[in-house]
Amino acid sequence: MAALTEEQSMLRDQAKSWVTEQSPVVKFRAMRDSGVELKYTPTTWEAMVEMGWTGILVPEEFGGSDLGYLTFGVVLEELGRQLTASPLFASALVGTSAVLLAGNDQQKQALLPKVVDGSEILSLAVDETARHAPAQTALQATAADGGFTLQGEKTFVMEGMAATTFIVAARTSGTAGDESGITLFLVAADAAGLDRSSIHTVDSRGYAHLNFNNVVVAADSVLGQVDAGYADLQAVLDRASAGVAAEMLGTGAQAFDMTLEYLKTREQFGRVIGSFQALGHRAAELYTAMELARSCAEHALEAIDSNADNLAEVCSLSKCRVGDFLHVMSNQLIQIHGGIGMTDEFDAGFYLKRARVLETAFGNQAYHRDRYAKALGF
Amino acid sequence: MTETELTQFRESTRAWLADNFPASLANKMLGYERISDPEMAQQLEAWRQKLAEQGWGAPTWPKEYGGAALSQPEARVISQEMAKIGAMNPIPLLAGMGVTMVGPTVLEYGTEEQKQKHLPGIASGEVRWCLGLSEPNAGSDLASLSTKAVDEGDYFVLNGQKIWTSGADISQWCGALVRTDSTAKKRDGISFVMLPMDQEGVQTKPIRLIAGASPFCETFFNDARAEKADLLGDLNDGWSVVKRLLQHERQSQTSARGAPANKADGLQEVAKKYVGTDGEGRLADADLRTRIANHLMDAQAHGLTVARITAEARGNPKVSAAASILKNSATKVAQTKSELTMEVMGNQGIGWEGDHFTSDELNNVREWLSGKAISIYGGSYEVQNNIISKNILGLPETTQKG
Repeated sequence: MAALTEEQSMLRDQAKSWVTEQSPVVKFRAMRDSGVELKYTPTTWEAMVEMGWTGILVPEEFGGSDLGYLTFGVVLEELGRQLTASPLFASALVGTSAVLLAGNDQQKQALLPKVVDGSEILSLAVDETARHAPAQTALQATAADGGFTLQGEKTFVMEGMAATTFIVAARTSGTAGDESGITLFLVAADAAGLDRSSIHTVDSRGYAHLNFNNVVVAADSVLGQVDAGYADLQAVLDRASAGVAAEMLGTGAQAFDMTLEYLKTREQFGRVIGSFQALGHRAAELYTAMELARSCAEHALEAIDSNADNLAEVCSLSKCRVGDFLHVMSNQLIQIHGGIGMTDEFDAGFYLKRARVLETAFGNQAYHRDRYAKALGF
Repeated sequence: MTETELTQFRESTRAWLADNFPASLANKMLGYERISDPEMAQQLEAWRQKLAEQGWGAPTWPKEYGGAALSQPEARVISQEMAKIGAMNPIPLLAGMGVTMVGPTVLEYGTEEQKQKHLPGIASGEVRWCLGLSEPNAGSDLASLSTKAVDEGDYFVLNGQKIWTSGADISQWCGALVRTDSTAKKRDGISFVMLPMDQEGVQTKPIRLIAGASPFCETFFNDARAEKADLLGDLNDGWSVVKRLLQHERQSQTSARGAPANKADGLQEVAKKYVGTDGEGRLADADLRTRIANHLMDAQAHGLTVARITAEARGNPKVSAAASILKNSATKVAQTKSELTMEVMGNQGIGWEGDHFTSDELNNVREWLSGKAISIYGGSYEVQNNIISKNILGLPETTQKG
C-alpha cells in the first residue's frame, strides 16, 4: 500500500470495515439470486452516498470532499474485494471525471451536487461494438434546430439501467476511425427516442444497451468542444482505466487471500497442500505478480492526482498489469480450490466472472499494451 | 530529516562534486583493473582518496569505521548527484564484496575490535574482499557444505574447496563459511571466519564461463589459517550470520540492469533502428512489438515497486523478505532484455568477436550469456520462491529437512 495520508488511511479503514460488515460477498450473492434488474442493492448504494463516497472527486464548492483519485482507489479496492455492486464507480468516478474535465461551470453546478447526493447517476456511453475502440465512434450527431439529433447505438454501458444522465461520445464530423469529429454530449436517460435494455453479463452486474432513435438534445448539452471531444474522452478513459484497475486489484487480492488460506488448511496425502513445492512456488509467483501490479495501480492514481504528463502510459500500464494479474489469479483461484471451486455454492466463480468482465471494460490487456507502446513511441 | 535539510545536503553535495570530481573521468564506468592509461589511473586513484576522506565509500557507516554517518536518503542523494554528472564511485568495486555484504554484516555481528580492524579498509576501497560460501557440492543447498575448520588454539585450520568466489584471485581477505562441528545438525555446525588470502594454504584458480573470462574462481584451502579473533558471530552460529549476509546480497541485487536509465536508451529505440516501423510509427514486427511492450511494462513495474517499498519504509528500507520479490523481478527484466535485444539485432546479434559486429552488439551477447547467472547466484530463482512462500506467505517449509 502506498504511503497514505492520515485522511486516506481513515477512509480505507472505514471502507474496509463497512465492506466487510455491511457488504460482504454474500450480499452480492443474495442480490444476484433476487434477480433485481438494477443489479445492486439500493440500501448499499444509499449507504455509500451517506458516507460521502460519491463526493470523493467533487470540489467542495459543489458539495464534495475533493480527496482525489488515490483516495477513490483505496475505496474501490475494498469494494472489489467483496465484489460490491453499485453505481459508485460509473457515476462518481467515470461520469464525474468527464464533467470535471470537459464541463462548463453551469454543467458542473447542475450535475455535481446531485451526483454527490445520489439523485443523479452518470454513466459514460462509449463502446458500440464488441471491441473497445473509441476512435471508431459512429453514433451520429447531426446539427438541427440549434441543437443536435442523435442516431445510433451504444453498448456495454456501465450501470446503464440505473443512470439518469449519459455522457455519450458521438460523431459530429468525419468518419469512424477519425480521432477528430467526436463530441461528448450529456443526454438525459428519459430523453424521447432513447431506449435502453439491460445486458445480462456473466458477472451479474448492471450493463445496458442503448438505442438512439432521433434523440434531440439542446446545444448546451455539448460537454466540451464540438468535434474536439476525443482528447477529453481519452483523459476520462485514463481515469476510468486507473479506477477500474484499483477495483480489480482488490478483487485479485481477495482471490489471492482466499487461495492462500486454502493452501494452509486443505489437507491431502496427509499434509496441507501448501507444503507441496509446486503450489508454494505458484503462490510465490502470484504474490510477486500482485505486488508488481499494485505498484502500477497506485502509481497511476497518484499520477492523475499530480497532473503528470504521461497519463496514457501509466494508466495503460496499470490496467494491463492489474488485468494480467487478475486473469491468472482468478484462474488459479479455481484451480487450487479444485472441485469446490467449480461449484456455484462457493464464491470463487463470482471472482472469475467479475475478473473477465472488468478485464474487458475500457479495453483489455491487448488494447492497453498497444496503447502503452504508442505512448512510448513505437 | 526535513525536505529543506535534504535540499541543502543536495546543494552541498553538488558543490563538493564540482570541486573534486575530475571531468576527465566522467562516464568512464571502469573498474581500476581495466584502466591501462597511467594518467587516468592516477586521476582515478586521487578521486578514490577524496571519496574515502569524505567517508563516501560507505556513506551510511559510522565515521569511526570510515563512513560518513549519513542517512539512507542522504546516501541516495550522493548517488543521484554522482549519476547526474557521470561520476562513478570506484570504492564498492574495489572492495569486492566488502561494501555491500561483508561490511554491513560485520557492523551487525562484529566485535569492536573486528570493526576497527576490517571496516576502514573496506570503506576506503583499499582492501578487497571475496566470499567463500558455495562449494562444488553445496550450491542452493548451502548448509550441506563440507569445508572443515579445526580448532588449533589461537587459530582454525581450514581444509576444503570453495567455488564461485568472485574476485578471489585479486582479493586480500575472504569471509568463509566452514564446518566447525560435524556432529551437529547441518545448519548448527557452521561458523563464519575471516582470513587473509595471501598465505600458503590458499590457492585460487579463475573459472572461464560461457561468456568468456569471468571474475569467478575456485578457491582451495589446504591447511589455511584463520585467527580465532576473526570468527564473526558465535562459534557454530555461522548460519545466522550468512542468512543476514545473503539478505544484504539480495538487497544489493534488486536493481534491474535491464531497466533503461531513460526512455531514449530503451529497447524500443534499438528495435526501431534494427526492425524499422510501419506507416504509423509502429514497430514493423507486431509480435516483437507486443513482447517488447510487455518487457518494458515489467521493467517499469519493477522500478515502481522498488520506489513503493522504499516509500512505505519511509526512506529507511530495511532488509526484508520483500527483497526476494525484487530479486526475482529484476532477474526477469534483465534476462528478458538481453534475449529481446538479441532477437531485435537478428544476424548482428549472434556474434562472438571481430569487426563484423559493433561493440553494442558484442556486449549484448556477453551480457546475455553472463546474465544467465543472475537467476542462479545469490539464491536461485527457485530458492527466492521458497523464501517468499515460507517467510512472506507463511506456507510450510517444503525443502530442507533438518
